[in-house]
Formats: sequence, structure tokens, C-alpha cells
Amino acid sequence: MDFLNDPLNFIAGWMRGLLTGWGLADGLATVIIYFIGITVLIIFAMTLDIILVWVERKVVARFQDRLGPNRIGPFGLIQPFADIIKLIIKEDITPAGADKLLYNLGPVLAIASVIFLWAILPLSAKIFGVDLNVAVLYLVAAGSLGTLSIIVGGWASNNKYALLGAFRMVANMISYEIPMVVVLLIPTILANSMSVQGITQAQSGMWFAILSPLGLVIFLISAIAELGRSPFDLNEAESEIVAGFHIEYTGMKFGLFYAGELLHAFTFGGFIAVLFFGGYGGFFGLEKIGFFSWLNNPFIQAMVFLAKAMFGYWVIMWIKYSMPRIRIDHMLAFNWKFLTPLALVVLVNTAILSKVLGGLPNWGYDLGMFLSNILISVITVEILRAYGRKQRKTGVKLTPRGVQNQEQAV
Amino acid sequence: MTADKIVFLLCAALIISSALMVVTTRKLIHAALWLVAALFGVAILYAILQAGFLAVVQVVVYIGAIAILFIFAVMLTRKEMLDKGAQTRSNWWLPAVLGVLILVGLVFLILGQPIFSRTAAQIPVEVDTLRNLGTALVSQDGFVLPFEVASVLLLAALVGAVYIASGNNN
Repeated sequence: MDFLNDPLNFIAGWMRGLLTGWGLADGLATVIIYFIGITVLIIFAMTLDIILVWVERKVVARFQDRLGPNRIGPFGLIQPFADIIKLIIKEDITPAGADKLLYNLGPVLAIASVIFLWAILPLSAKIFGVDLNVAVLYLVAAGSLGTLSIIVGGWASNNKYALLGAFRMVANMISYEIPMVVVLLIPTILANSMSVQGITQAQSGMWFAILSPLGLVIFLISAIAELGRSPFDLNEAESEIVAGFHIEYTGMKFGLFYAGELLHAFTFGGFIAVLFFGGYGGFFGLEKIGFFSWLNNPFIQAMVFLAKAMFGYWVIMWIKYSMPRIRIDHMLAFNWKFLTPLALVVLVNTAILSKVLGGLPNWGYDLGMFLSNILISVITVEILRAYGRKQRKTGVKLTPRGVQNQEQAV
Repeated sequence: MTADKIVFLLCAALIISSALMVVTTRKLIHAALWLVAALFGVAILYAILQAGFLAVVQVVVYIGAIAILFIFAVMLTRKEMLDKGAQTRSNWWLPAVLGVLILVGLVFLILGQPIFSRTAAQIPVEVDTLRNLGTALVSQDGFVLPFEVASVLLLAALVGAVYIASGNNN
């Protein structure tokens, strides 16, 4: 066993030898090693989170033609630590009439639901928490715990704005979970597997982003909605409900919501990489050539994975800082009348084509999948165009359809 | 006592105590959240029994959908979310006696079975339980008929919901 080729098992084997050498039972040693492993994974994720605060602030500054933090440390790199110190020494206020236990449980659940996701995130073929055979469903399950954290936090604050924010978030998440679940089945069908390792390895020749570009777009949109980031950040719309569900939280409790959101966005960047961009692999067969065999090194794979995840995170930030917030009735109509039917069409198309084209050589299969996606997008755009034209012809005013229902929609 | 047994006992204690809290707590939201805790405990039980798919589906369906809808409905319908009335009726002792009798009977029945000394067989790694479940659901000698009947029922419920929500039913 070599540290460079299989670091986790190497360290685990060494520690097992050490612990059993001290006279511990083998079962107890396993429990202790797993516990240490979980702690190390959480510390890694949280340390990354601190860097993400800096990344987010620098990137948003660039999008808004500013410089961003640049006072403390080189390129403002020590800024996040200053932020954390500030958050920790702030006064911790619990509003009167708040439900104490649930009020404190909210931020904990918010960050826990993200850390749960790291259990299945494959950093490389040898560095991962656990390779579940239902990893795709696990992703959805962890998301539902995130919803719970927002309900709990919003309700326990005993604040009308917080409760409104929680309502909106639940409506948002319950609806956008449906296209997400449907679209998660596309990599499952293409890879014949629900495990993230299986999906990654199935993309060693061709990324699923090319086989199913529409699936990628729908997943990205529903992921942003699930994250509650702009343009779907109705739960914390400053202009309407001040700050939404986290309005009453101060200091590090607010910090946990904030850190959870950043890490969640990065984690979804990672899942976009895993499901559609080949994860830690996907070098189009390059790694099989002798000269490039170093691409199989777990540390190189982890670097590749983190780079791809960072790219996904950057796209999510790009959308967040360039799009205005949409209205809630538009958001729900967009999901139920457009995104969900489109996701179902793409899913059925993928399922049928994967059987029909299964006998073809690889390039024919890939080309057929890609062209079918292009065809669906063209038809979708044509339907939308015809719909818009009909609306203009029948003399509908330029006011959006939802305006007259706005009172009920809130 | 193995680690499995410790986890099982902790988990069973969690399920029973949260189930008790569901029926005794006075705040409706707390009851719904204790229900979430109980359902989460059941998901852990499934995970211990190597039924990963069932564990995840338990969380997705019961916590992600049903419990959250409960909480949502409770929050929307009642302003004062505190139950003030008496928590028991005058004839509370009858169900209590019945419950204790059923519990004693079950314990005797279970103690008579030689199941406590057995350990569950480990599922070999190469067996894909998820694939087996999937083929069993759609194969003719499996469960294709109940599966399809359930699908048709759900579809009918979906169509009905759309019809009611469309508002054309005077």
C-alpha cells in the first residue's frame, strides 16, 4: 500500500496498526478511525468554506467593477478571518418569544445538510467518504433537510418577515425539487448507475454535458433554485421582506447560514462536475496513454475535481450577480409550466434513445444523443416563440400575466 | 455488545422517545418536528439493515415531502399553535390497559422465538440490491401488477388534483 496511490487506506491501515498495538479491539479501532475520518472531512470542508468567503467577495467585486477586499493580507486573503472574528465577538441576541431550542437548531441543520453532501462527494477514485449505490437520491434527501432548517429557523424566530421567507423558500424548494429529481435520472440512465463513482467512470470517454446539454441546463437552474440564490432568492428579498428567514439571527448564527449557503453552492458546483463534466476523471481516454498516466494519481484527480467544482461555483456566482430577482408567481409558473414538462420530455427522450442507439458504436450513440437534445431545444424555442406571437396578436397588454393575481400569489 | 447493537439501541430509544413526544407535546410544530425525528430514526434502522435505498427513500418521502407538508399546513392553518385543552379523556385507562396487554403479549411471543442469538448475514459486495429491487418491481414473476396498479392510482390522483385546481368544476 502506497501513500501516493491510495492515501486514505494507507493512513487508515497505519492507524489501525497503531491502535490495535495499544491493545484496542479491532471493532473499536474501526469506529475510532471512521470517527477521525469524518472529523477530518468536516474540517476540510469548513476550511474550504473560509476560502470560499474570500472567493465570493472577490468575484462579486469583479462582476460589479470593484476591487473587493484588499486591505488585510496579500490580495485581502486574511479578510475572511477578520470577518469570522467579527462575527464571533458580536452580541448573540435571541428574540423574545423565540422558540429557543428550534431557534438554535436552525443554523446547525443548515450547515449539517451541506456537510451531509460531502459524505458522497468523490474527490478522486480513492479519496471519498462513501460510495453509496443510491447517491443520486441521497443528494435529494440531504436537500430536504436543508428545507427543514429554513422552516425551523424562520418559524422559531417569531418574526413575520422570517415566516414569510420560510414560506417562500418551502414553495420554491418543493417545486424545484421535481425537475431536479427528474433530471438526476438522466445521468443515472446514461451511466446505468446511481453511484457517483459509477457515474464518474461512465464519463471517462465522453462527458454527459455533451450527451445531454439540456439536462445540464435544467439541473443548473433547479440547483440554483434549491440553493435559494439569485434569481430565485425570494426567501431573503431585501426589498420586500428585509432579510427573510435569517432576519433575527446575529453573529455566528447568521454566519452559519451564510457559510452554509456558500459551501452549498460550491458543493453543487461539485455535483455538476460529477454528474455532467466527468468529476475527477473525464479526460476523454487520455489517462490510458502511458505518458499521461500521472492523471490517475489521486492527488491530481482531487485537484482536477476541485478545479471543475470551482468552475461550477463560478457559473452559479456569475448568474447570481448578473440576474435580477424574479417575482414569485413567475418563478412558480416557470417551474410548473416550463421546466417540469421540459425535464420530463428530455428524460423520456434519453431513456428511449439509450435503448434505440445502444447497438451503435460510441460516436453514433454520442452524436444521436447530442442531436436529439438540440432538436428538443429548437422545438422548445419555436413553441415559446409561437406562444409569444399569439399573445402579442390577441392584444394582451404588456403587463405580465401574473399582475392581477399578485395579491393571492404572496 | 457489538457496535451494531449499540447503534440499534440508541436508535430505538430515539424512535420511542420522539414518538412519545409527538403525542404528548402541546405545541403542534414541535409535534411535527418530533415526528421528523422519529422517521429519521426509522431511516437509520433501514441503513443498519443494509437497505440503503429504503433509508434514503424514507428521508426523501417522509421527511422531505410529508413531514414538511405537515409543518406547512400547521403553520398556515392555525394562528395560536398551542393546544390548551386536557390531553386525556376520562376513559384513558382502557386503551392504556389494552396497549400494555398487547405489549406483554408481543414480548412473550418474541422471546419464544430463537431469533436473538442470530446475526444478520452480510450481503456480498457484488450483489447489487438496488438493481435486484428494480427488476423485481417490473418482472412478471415479481411485483409488476401491484407496481402498475399503484402507478395508475397515483396518476388518477394527479389528474384529479389538476382538475380540482383548474377551477372549472362548478
